[in-house]
Amino acid sequence: MTTVKPTPPSSPLPPIIKRRKRNPFDWSTAGIGLVMTTAAAIVFFRDGRDRFLEILYHDLRLFGDVLLKVAAGCLIGAFLARLLPRELVAKWIGAESGFVGLLIATLLGAVLPGGPVTIYPIASAFLVVGADVGATIAFITSWTLLGYTRALVWEIPFFGLDFVIWRTLISIPLPIIAGLSARLLARTIGKNWGDT
Amino acid sequence: MTLYIVEAMLWLLVAALALAAAVRGRILFRDGLREGTMDFLRLLPKVLIGVVGSGFIAAIMPPDITARYLGPDSGFLGVLIAVISGAFTPGGPVVGFSIGAAAIKSGAGAPQVIAYITAWALYAVQRFFLWELPVMPRRLVWLRLLASLPLPFLVAAAAMLLGRP
Repeated sequence: MTTVKPTPPSSPLPPIIKRRKRNPFDWSTAGIGLVMTTAAAIVFFRDGRDRFLEILYHDLRLFGDVLLKVAAGCLIGAFLARLLPRELVAKWIGAESGFVGLLIATLLGAVLPGGPVTIYPIASAFLVVGADVGATIAFITSWTLLGYTRALVWEIPFFGLDFVIWRTLISIPLPIIAGLSARLLARTIGKNWGDT
Repeated sequence: MTLYIVEAMLWLLVAALALAAAVRGRILFRDGLREGTMDFLRLLPKVLIGVVGSGFIAAIMPPDITARYLGPDSGFLGVLIAVISGAFTPGGPVVGFSIGAAAIKSGAGAPQVIAYITAWALYAVQRFFLWELPVMPRRLVWLRLLASLPLPFLVAAAAMLLGRP
């Protein structure tokens, strides 16, 4: 086989996406699985088979709903890691980005779509391309606490609009506080943890 | 309905990123697609365990007791209990909200419930082990956890000071 092998002319992306190899099934998953199995067994023997199946069907449907979102989150993370220009990330939310970087990260977390299942791959991608650890944490915190999709999909049906708006307004400073304390912690004790 | 809008927005973003990658080069596009797919497949069993299991965990938790210790007069102790219960509530998308809503209906205070939701959102133990440790660099995970520890207390204090509108 032959043909073109056009080394991308304007692609200064070094191989930044090397990830650690992991065991497909680690102990934490096994532990959670054990707890889940125990809970399921308790429901089965205490509440009977019908209740057990009812919960199982409900959760399987939820699993189906979540699947597509997880897939989207993984793809977004993988593409973002390759596309985000390092210089831009470093400038916006890098180590030298200061307080403004935390604000940008907070804003980013609040507006990017997705639920809790999509955050972590994207946050890892940020870090890989050179984002500051405090800004990354502000981003995650903002997404978990202020993300509008989460509120829209899950929270408002349970609590109503007033409560959710109130809770969100009170929570606005939290990502910045988290980012600042993460920077402080990273400076004082984080060095001992060595590599990321 | 809103569920589909979110879904559509997510996939629009995927499409836009994939397009941008494809414009930059076929290899970039293919690598991104492959890695995204591999990540997804690797996460699949964890998601299955987490989502299917959380319903069973919610079913064996005693809601009446949760509500009793989170009342409006429970003060800081109630907030502390709320934070701890939030941390140990399974991290599925519905569980924490449904318990929080149930607690409010059975007389829990708003600051306590906010502390509960915030703690659950920030450091649910199950999500910590299932999602964060496998997916993110270890240093980031621990730093985030440490930095997040005071947040539910801060937000509960703010809720107590400001009061409900």
